[in-house]
Amino acid sequence: MSFKVLQPGLLSLLQDLGRFGQHAIGLTTGGPLDNEAFLWANRLLHNTPNACAIEVSFGGLQLLAQTHSYICVTGASLDLTINGVTKALWTSHKVLAGDEIKLGYSSQGCRSYLAIAGGVTIKPSFGSSATVMREKIGGLDSMGGEKLATNDVLPCNTVVKLPRQSLAQNHWPLYGQDAATLRLLPGYQYNQFDSGTQARFFHGCYKVTDRSDRMGMRLEGPAVACSSEQMLSEGICLGAVQVPADGQPIVLLKDRQTIGGYPKMGAIMARDTATLAQLRPGAMVRFEAVDLYQAHTINTLAQHKYDATPMLHLKD
Amino acid sequence: MSPIATHIETASENSYIIYFGDRNSALITPAVSASIAAFAEQVKLEFGYRLVDLVASYASLLVIYDTMHCDHIWAKSTLRKLLTKPPKHHKNASALIKLPVYYSTQYGPELPLIARNSGLSVAQVIDIHSSTQYRVYAIGFAPGFAYLGEVDERLATSRLATPRLKVPAGAVAIADRQTAVYPAASPGGWNLIGLCPTPMFNANKQPHMPVSVGDIVQFFPIDEPQYLALGGVLHEL
Repeated sequence: MSFKVLQPGLLSLLQDLGRFGQHAIGLTTGGPLDNEAFLWANRLLHNTPNACAIEVSFGGLQLLAQTHSYICVTGASLDLTINGVTKALWTSHKVLAGDEIKLGYSSQGCRSYLAIAGGVTIKPSFGSSATVMREKIGGLDSMGGEKLATNDVLPCNTVVKLPRQSLAQNHWPLYGQDAATLRLLPGYQYNQFDSGTQARFFHGCYKVTDRSDRMGMRLEGPAVACSSEQMLSEGICLGAVQVPADGQPIVLLKDRQTIGGYPKMGAIMARDTATLAQLRPGAMVRFEAVDLYQAHTINTLAQHKYDATPMLHLKD
Repeated sequence: MSPIATHIETASENSYIIYFGDRNSALITPAVSASIAAFAEQVKLEFGYRLVDLVASYASLLVIYDTMHCDHIWAKSTLRKLLTKPPKHHKNASALIKLPVYYSTQYGPELPLIARNSGLSVAQVIDIHSSTQYRVYAIGFAPGFAYLGEVDERLATSRLATPRLKVPAGAVAIADRQTAVYPAASPGGWNLIGLCPTPMFNANKQPHMPVSVGDIVQFFPIDEPQYLALGGVLHEL
């Protein structure tokens, strides 16, 4: 009972929601760069939110079903076909043993999620199946941290009957914009940047560079170096915006290091790290300050919207 | 012992960072380190299921909480309440761990820079680095990355303006008054001075690391053949 990888695409990784409680030995969280799209892929298949699925960066994944099951693809737009027939994204689809599933290359956004009914059933390491390549932890071989490769076999359950569901297109997130606003909670060393630098940071436009990965997005724009010189290394959270001496901000993502010694402006909201991770090199971002009360309201409303969003029920 | 000043700062929508000691003096002492460890235990007990993770470091503790189970107002007031409690101190015996280092200007390209900045010879830099006993103040950045302090003032060197995209596994490095061994290849902005053949992290073996927080580490110089004999690998930088 499995799926076989025919083509892995550029970068396909097994992920669950992440590895928590392991910072004491230096392990990062890993997990999907776009939590919302990941959660929808599992939800549309009636999976638990933490079920192991595949994060496909830039598309190109091809799988062979070796058992009867259901799949769902969410996130960046791309062409999805099963045995050559185009299928809808954000929709669960039945697959039979022998079916070929092909993902084209992403046209809008760059991170897609392919979930399988019941999840990919691999052994977690340090409490999670999230693949962190830099740490060589998680993934198919739990201590390998490898991206998916041709002929990898992804174990799963056989699922013969499952009510199919779909998310109406008006609820799909918008991908493929060439600009975004990232909401930032000023914090950490924010007050050690002088007021002119703070103003330059919030008024500046920053370009997403191609020197970006699952660890962090390196931005290019008005330099905002911190005047204070030496600082002690300290814990880094998701979304932290660190500024090395060259003044170019780096936004830290799911595979970030847990400790670092560069001054930080604060951290962008977790949901905005997903927006950022869907942007391509060349896209422009700017930062907007929010406080903890605003962030709380934004997150609470988004959670209610997610919980209340209806799914369409489909026939087999 | 006088109480240690503390200061709570926002880190993100679901985390606070608590700074211990006078922030301007960048104070690193075993006492501060022990207070942070004791405070971390109190946070674990009080936050319970509301806690996502903790990162203890030289002079700070990052507390990440679950916003599905508490909000920032509860988190901050709970941290404030805990900080006013009298600190408990853990008495842990420190183990002394000796680690070999192949100091080399080829594989430690910043060795001459540190010598130049300090007005010392490369041999003197090596002698000072390897004759100091370091405390493990924090573990993080990457699996098995142990932050060791404090480096002799004369060797203190700022991080590189632009981090290297790849530092090899085993690289021994200095940043300000901290020193460390990179446990695996990763990006990094520290100044490289040599290579250590001892693996710093093994996911398949208990314990996962040769050192833990609170241990004392001392380096001793080895040459290239010894480095290779101990299983060391030479990477082009």
